[in-house]
Amino acid sequence: MTNVEFNRVDTLVEHPVLVDVQGMRQVYHKGDNPDLVVLDDVSVTIREGEIVGLLGRSGSGKSTLLRIISGLLQASAGKVQWCGKPVTGPCEGLSMVFQSFALFPWLTVLENVEIGLEAQGVAAAERRQRALQAIDLIGLDGFENAYPKELSGGMRQRVGFARALVVHPRLMLMDEPFSALDVLTAETLRTDIIDLWIEGRLPAKSILMVTHNIEEAVLMCDRIMIFSSNPGRVAAEIKVDLMHPRNRLDPEFRALVDDIYARMTQRAPAGKVEKRVADGFPGTGIGMALPRISTNLLSGLMEALAAEPYNGEADLPDIAGELQMEVDELFPIAETLQLLRFAELEAGDVRLTEVGKHFVQSDVDMRKRLFAEHLVSYVPLAALIKRVLDERPTHMAPYTRFCEELEDYLSEDMAKETMSAVISWGRYAELFSYDGHARAFSLENPS
Amino acid sequence: MTLHHPALEAGRKASRIPNIWDAAAFGLLFATFVLFIRGGHETFAPIDALSSTPISLDPANLPEYALRTVLRMLAAIIASLLFTFVYGTLAAKSRRAGLVLIPILDILQSVPVLGFLSFTVTGFMALFPGRVIGVEFASIFAIFTSQAWNMTFSFYQSLKTVPADLEEASRSFRLTGWQRFWRLEVPFSMPGLVWNTMMSMSGGWFFVVASEAISVGNTTITLPGIGSYTALAIQDKNFGAIGWAVGVMLAVILIYDQLLFRPLVAWSDKFRVELSAGGEAPRSWLLDLVRRARMFRRIFLPITHVVSALPRQRMAFPVAPPRAAMSVWRSVWVDRLWVVAVAAAALYALWLIWSFVATELTGPEILNVVWLGFLTMVRVVVLMALATVVWVPIGVWIGLRPKVAERVQPLAQFLAAFPANIIFPFAVVLIVHFKADPNIWLSPLMVFGTQWYILFNVIAGASAFPNDMREASSIFRIGGWSWWRKVILPGIFPYYVTGAITASGGSWNASIVAEVANWGDTKLTAVGLGSYIANATTAADYPRIVLGIAVMSAYVILFNRLLWRPLYAFAGSRLRMN
Ligand SMILES: Nc1ncnc2c1ncn2[C@@H]1O[C@H](COP(=O)(O)OP(=O)(O)O)[C@@H](O)[C@H]1O
Ligand SMILES: [Mg+2]
Repeated sequence: MTNVEFNRVDTLVEHPVLVDVQGMRQVYHKGDNPDLVVLDDVSVTIREGEIVGLLGRSGSGKSTLLRIISGLLQASAGKVQWCGKPVTGPCEGLSMVFQSFALFPWLTVLENVEIGLEAQGVAAAERRQRALQAIDLIGLDGFENAYPKELSGGMRQRVGFARALVVHPRLMLMDEPFSALDVLTAETLRTDIIDLWIEGRLPAKSILMVTHNIEEAVLMCDRIMIFSSNPGRVAAEIKVDLMHPRNRLDPEFRALVDDIYARMTQRAPAGKVEKRVADGFPGTGIGMALPRISTNLLSGLMEALAAEPYNGEADLPDIAGELQMEVDELFPIAETLQLLRFAELEAGDVRLTEVGKHFVQSDVDMRKRLFAEHLVSYVPLAALIKRVLDERPTHMAPYTRFCEELEDYLSEDMAKETMSAVISWGRYAELFSYDGHARAFSLENPS
Repeated sequence: MTLHHPALEAGRKASRIPNIWDAAAFGLLFATFVLFIRGGHETFAPIDALSSTPISLDPANLPEYALRTVLRMLAAIIASLLFTFVYGTLAAKSRRAGLVLIPILDILQSVPVLGFLSFTVTGFMALFPGRVIGVEFASIFAIFTSQAWNMTFSFYQSLKTVPADLEEASRSFRLTGWQRFWRLEVPFSMPGLVWNTMMSMSGGWFFVVASEAISVGNTTITLPGIGSYTALAIQDKNFGAIGWAVGVMLAVILIYDQLLFRPLVAWSDKFRVELSAGGEAPRSWLLDLVRRARMFRRIFLPITHVVSALPRQRMAFPVAPPRAAMSVWRSVWVDRLWVVAVAAAALYALWLIWSFVATELTGPEILNVVWLGFLTMVRVVVLMALATVVWVPIGVWIGLRPKVAERVQPLAQFLAAFPANIIFPFAVVLIVHFKADPNIWLSPLMVFGTQWYILFNVIAGASAFPNDMREASSIFRIGGWSWWRKVILPGIFPYYVTGAITASGGSWNASIVAEVANWGDTKLTAVGLGSYIANATTAADYPRIVLGIAVMSAYVILFNRLLWRPLYAFAGSRLRMN
């Protein structure tokens, strides 16, 4: 069986090209603001017979790319072809599995699976028969007449797979299909899909899957495209030649995972620290987009880093495992620490700085003082708010004063998220106070 | 390939022997058929039939009258549904159509329906000269105009809020527009639509009663029905007959609720989008019965097959329109053309109204009508405040006690459906007897039928109040006024606003029948916009009717924009529980 697998990869070059994306660009316009470039110069080719993974942080544009390939979304520029023809709308021969399952709650499992065939106008009897086959294949027999709300999450996603497979797609697109499931359920379902694939029983010719889970990508894909953020680009392409079934403990597997971690946290050449930080969060200066990370999480990660066995320095995959977090949950926390100079990120490692260690050993008041100092020094927006409040005789300023300025640089959603991040950090640091009802900042000490 | 499958096996093994549920289901079904044929039969008679068989106060006739009333109601609700599907879809799918249709709908729902009766009756009678059906249509149209708008709004709102992932799924599987409509959009909008249809029906009984006995100028047309029965009883000062009418009305609403709405609500529960199975599912004995009646279902299988196969057909256009045509159609120029056309139509309409009203109306009269509107507004505001003070505490008390709420909630909904105009005579007799001032004492009639909306919405809000918050507030010993102010009032506020909007709109409408009340030859009038419109209708004075309606619509719109909408937005943004 493993030989078959190898043949599949080796002879791939002769397989027909399904998706051909060249120099594609996706831009969102927002009022007078500078355009938001989500994808820039993206080129992707997908052939029949392979599983391709799109790996990247959340917000890097993976879902956008998937939607453009599927025809749900029109690209702003560039070539997008499906089976040699330009994509103008949802394409035939494509099907999709959704992170949220996207099942119709009012239809039974059987009816949900049939829906793709209804759209093709398949006659009732054949429709029923093919749907039942797909349901059998995916391990749902006995649940044909159940409604989605009666099923567990894993079972619901199986319905999602059956619905996508029943049309015998040439390409099955999957947008983080396992990330709404708990760890065990996700693993079972992944294994089942991979087993069907290597046995050649999966009625899909090829798969394109989006994920932010590095191990998942290495476990399933023949080829992994790593996305960088802001704007989204294909930063690297990695071929995975490991034989199926793959073993997570296999040293080769671990090496590949570590390598990808390193690529995703790659440090720019020395002397460009400022640039590197700006890479972490889109935008610079006041317009830097900040993630809404609670101060509890920040101190939690610092404490975990300072404690045994890490003693101030840890491998990202290790500490992610210990804290039971996915990469894209851990990255923003680590990067916020880096922004505040409490930690440094380098080649897949995270290391506490001296100040970071000092922070961990301090009492609450000292921690707040340190945090406030760093906030003003390294987060321009926090410094701006503080300065405006200091300068105004009333020591008050409305929320909109800052949010509107932010919206010159960021989308509305991002501006809101950035504001709420800076509000929560500022409150913790007692840098300023904020009244959510009056939507106003002030300097008065809330205590 | 042979099919061995549990889904099909289950169907195969089912017994073919009819069971007791079949007997019950068949009985109910055929009784309904017979009633329909009897009621519908007379609709096509010539109009002379109405005068040759005048309404009789003999209670034995009441079941038949009730049937006629119910059929009108049913026809109106079907018309409302059709309207909802067409209008709502158009408004949601076409940006250009939505630009015009949504403001129109907003105004339509503020127009006092009862004021228009005189227009619609003459209009429909002209359409079907000499036939009863013309008058029937006029009555049905009156009910329709009281029901359709909120249903359409609900449907439009649902179409606009279809979950993005379901929308993407149906697009990526290439469902056609027809399939998307029946498989995604209509099911998704079902819970809201069923609830709004129920609300509409509640309001509708009031209008069916008011629209069956219509006098325009010298002609009085009475359609056989509970409404005209009541009207005659009022003319004859016959208390016994009014008692009978009240009793039959209660029975009719009860039957309607049990046979139509309970099953509908229970059935539509499966369309709720929340994927968790929490909460008590609504049940209906009728739905259970039909589900258990095997033979019954088997016989209707061919019909169910056709009905369920239709939404699955592709129904796509065989050829797509050429791309060039599409790009012209989508261009900004067509947008501009559209705006110009709409503006021209609006100007023409304004000119039309002006030329109609200005023929005999003067400035002072218009000012006077605005003043009358103010008087009616004062009544509405005072009575809404009174109803709030009375029903909010009672509703909270009931809602926090699940056992009581379970009993009282259907009663409150029921009272909201009961057409208050049937019992107006009792009030008139009391006012005459005590020589009370009609300007004050007729007013309560305006909220008599509408106050229940406040009650049952507050009950619903208090029942939904989270248990843990109640516990927390008792742990922190929050009591007395501060408990009301900080805990429960914010909790029920969104529900209260929902109820109050319905109640206040209904009260404006009711003023047209409440500010003028008769008992035999005794006529009581309260000075206000409602009585102005009512009197203009009796006198067939069309310019004054139009003026009265326009001023009342303006008041309702202002009331909605300046009071209810901000409150509603406030309730949504600040006081939401989660
Ligand atoms: N309709 C839109 N308008 C503006 N910005 C958008 C829109 N859709 C997505 N974005 C932005 O595009 C970026 C990429 O989104 P997405 O493709 O969902 O990323 P991913 O799937 O990698 O998490 C995000 O920053 C998001 O805010
Ligand atoms: Mg995504």
